[in-house]
Amino acid sequence: MNTRTGKAARTGQYAALLCYLLFLALPFLWLVSTAFKPARELGSLHPSWIPENPTLDNFRQAFEEQPLLGAAGNSLTAALCAALITVVIATPMAYVTARHRGRLSRAATGWVVVSQAFPFVLIIIPLFLVLKKLHLINSLAGLILVYVVWSLPFALWMLTGYVRAVPPELEEAAAVDGAGKARTLVSVTAPLLAPGIVATALFAFITAWNEFFFALVLLKTPEKQTLPVVLTHFLGAEGVADLGPLAAAAFLATLPSLVVFALIQRRITGGLAAGAVKD
Amino acid sequence: MRRSRLGAAVTATVAALALLLAGCSGGPDGGRGPDGTIRLRFQSLAWQKESVDANKALVEEWNATHPDVQVDYVQGSWDNVHDQLLTSFEGGEAPDIIHDASDDLADFAYGGYLADLRPLLPGRLTEDIPERSWSTTTFDGGVYGVPFLQEPRVLIAATGILRESGVRIPTPQRPWSWEEFRQVTRELTGEGRYGVAWPLKDPVSVTLNLGLSAGGRLFHRDADGKAVIRFEKGDRVMPATVHDQVGTDRSAARTALGMSGSDTLPGFFGGRYAMVPLGFSYRQQVAEQAPEGFEWSVLPAPAGSDGLAQGVSPQTLSVAEESPHKKEAVRFIDFLLRPENMVRLAKGDWMLPTGTKALADPALHTAENGWATGTALAAALRPAPAQTVRGYPEWKDKVATPALQEYYSGAIGIGELEERLVEDGNRVLARYQR
Repeated sequence: MNTRTGKAARTGQYAALLCYLLFLALPFLWLVSTAFKPARELGSLHPSWIPENPTLDNFRQAFEEQPLLGAAGNSLTAALCAALITVVIATPMAYVTARHRGRLSRAATGWVVVSQAFPFVLIIIPLFLVLKKLHLINSLAGLILVYVVWSLPFALWMLTGYVRAVPPELEEAAAVDGAGKARTLVSVTAPLLAPGIVATALFAFITAWNEFFFALVLLKTPEKQTLPVVLTHFLGAEGVADLGPLAAAAFLATLPSLVVFALIQRRITGGLAAGAVKD
Repeated sequence: MRRSRLGAAVTATVAALALLLAGCSGGPDGGRGPDGTIRLRFQSLAWQKESVDANKALVEEWNATHPDVQVDYVQGSWDNVHDQLLTSFEGGEAPDIIHDASDDLADFAYGGYLADLRPLLPGRLTEDIPERSWSTTTFDGGVYGVPFLQEPRVLIAATGILRESGVRIPTPQRPWSWEEFRQVTRELTGEGRYGVAWPLKDPVSVTLNLGLSAGGRLFHRDADGKAVIRFEKGDRVMPATVHDQVGTDRSAARTALGMSGSDTLPGFFGGRYAMVPLGFSYRQQVAEQAPEGFEWSVLPAPAGSDGLAQGVSPQTLSVAEESPHKKEAVRFIDFLLRPENMVRLAKGDWMLPTGTKALADPALHTAENGWATGTALAAALRPAPAQTVRGYPEWKDKVATPALQEYYSGAIGIGELEERLVEDGNRVLARYQR
C-alpha cells in the first residue's frame, strides 16, 4: 500500500470513528440541549440543537420540585458500596473458578450466568420477603445487598476471564521462589488482575447507578430514594412528562457515571499494559 | 503468621460489611409511633408541581389538626406502579392509603389486597360521588376505592385555523356528530396541514372510550355473568371515522398514528394539525408550551347516538386490607376529598373532580383554559367499558393493540379487525372465565 492510499484509508477510518462517536453521543447531546431549553422551545415544530434562549429554569425547577441532591447521595452510596463489595467477593471466587476447573466449577459458572436471565419481576417478591425478614426493606443496606447479588454473576464471569488470562507459570515461578499462596495472590496475581477488577467495579457501579425497579420497590421514604426513582416523579400517567426539568435532572444524573468512567478508564488501560506478559 | 494475618483481614472485612449493613439499615415500619400516635402512610402518584404541592399541603393540614393520627406523605410513581404495589402487598409492606387508577384495581380487589370500603365510607362522600363513578371501583359487590379525579378526552383546537375556515364551532350542548367531524376535518385540511392528528400509540383505550358515544360497548355480559366480545354497529363508528380520515380523506396525519399525545404538540403549535384529540389534563402542557400569541380552545369530542358519552378510568384512593387502621385511613380520605379540597386536587392535576359539589365550584367553570367545556362533559362520563373484565390486559396487549394499529394504518379492513377482536379476543377471555 503506498503512502497516499494509506493516508486515505486512515482518513476513512477516522471519519467512520467520528460518525460512530457522534451517533453514540446524539442522545446525550439532545439531553443537554433539552435541559437548557425554555418550555416554549420544547414545543417547537423545528427544534434546534442549540437553544435559542438558553435558560437554567429547568434546573431550578428540578431542584425545587425533587430532592435531587439527597437522591444523588443515595445513588452514589449504593453504587460505590455495591461496586466495592462485588469485587471483594467476586475476585477470590473468580480465582477459584478459573484455576480449579472441574465439572462442579463449570456447572457453577454456567448457573450464575444463566441466573442473569431471570426477569426482575420473577425474583422481586421472594427477595422482598427475605429482605423483610432481615429488616432491610426501606434501607440502603438492603438495596446494596440486592445490587451485589445481582451484579455478582456477571462480575464473576468477567473476572474469571481475566484470571485465566494470567499465566499460571507466573504463580508457579513465585512458588519456586518461596512465596506462599497468599503472597503469590497479593503480590503477583492481584496486580495483573487490576484492570479486570477495575472494569468489574465499573460495571457494578454503573449497573447499580442506573437501576430503577429494585429501588422503586424496596425504598419507601423519599429521603432514601435513589436518582432513577426520583427521575420518574417527573413522569405522569400514560407517559406524559415534564420534559424540561426531567431532561435537566437526567443530565445531572449522567454526570457522576461519566466522571467515574473518566477517572477509571486511565487505570484500566494502565492496568492492561501492566498485565502484559513478555516472553 | 501469614495465615493469621489473612484471617484477620477476612474477619475485618466481614465486620466492616456487617457494620456497613447495620449502619444503613432502617427500622421496621409500624402502625404506631413510640408515643402511641397512629401513623398512616399515604402513597400519592401526584406528579405535577401544583398537584404535589396541593397533596402535601393537605397532609400538613390534616397532621396539624389530628395529632393522634399522623399521615406520612410518600411519593409514588405512575411508572411500574402495579408491580410496585403487588410486591408491597405480597411482602406485607403496602402503604395504608393507596393512590391508583380504577383500571388497575381489579386484580388487587379480587386478590384480597384492598379493603372493602362499604362499611367505612361516610354518607357524605358516598352521596357526593355519582353512582356511575362508584361503579368503576365496585368489584363483586365490594367498593375498593374512592374515585376522585377523572379525565375526559377533548379536542384541542387551533382557534385561528377554525375561525378562518368558517366551520361551526361545537359546544357541549351542540357537539359535532362523528360524520360532521369527518366533514370538518376535510375542510380544515389544506396545504401542509391536516385537520386532525390522532395520537394512537396506545389505540385501545381511546377507541373503546370514545366508541361509547356511538353506542359501542364491545364487552357484553351474558346471562351467566361472563364477559363476551361482540362487534356491533356502534362499535364501528369511531374506528371507521379515524380509518377513513387517514386512508380515504387524508385529513388525519398518518405519521401521528404512532405518536403519544405529547408528540403531537409541536406539530399542533406549528400549524401542521388543526386539532388534536387529547386527555383533558394535556391542557397544562399546551398552556405551558404554546408559542406566544397562539390561540387554542377546548372542544367536546364528537357525539354519536349516545350523545357525548365516553369512558373514563378515574384516579382512586384505596385502603390496604392489611392496614391496622382502616377507619382512620378512610377518615383521612374523607378529609382529602372534601369538596373544597377536591377542587384543589383537580386544579393541581388539570382534571375534573368526581364529586358533584366540587364540580359545581365556580373556579372550575371559567372559560380560561377550557375548564367550562370539561365540566360540561362530566355528566356524560361513564366507566371505561372493559375495566372490570378479567383478561382485559392480555386482550389489549396481544389482540386489540396490534389489530387496531393495523386497521388504522390501512393494513387490514374492518372485516378482519372484527374477526380478530372478537374471535381471538373471546378465546383470551374464555381462559380467564373457566
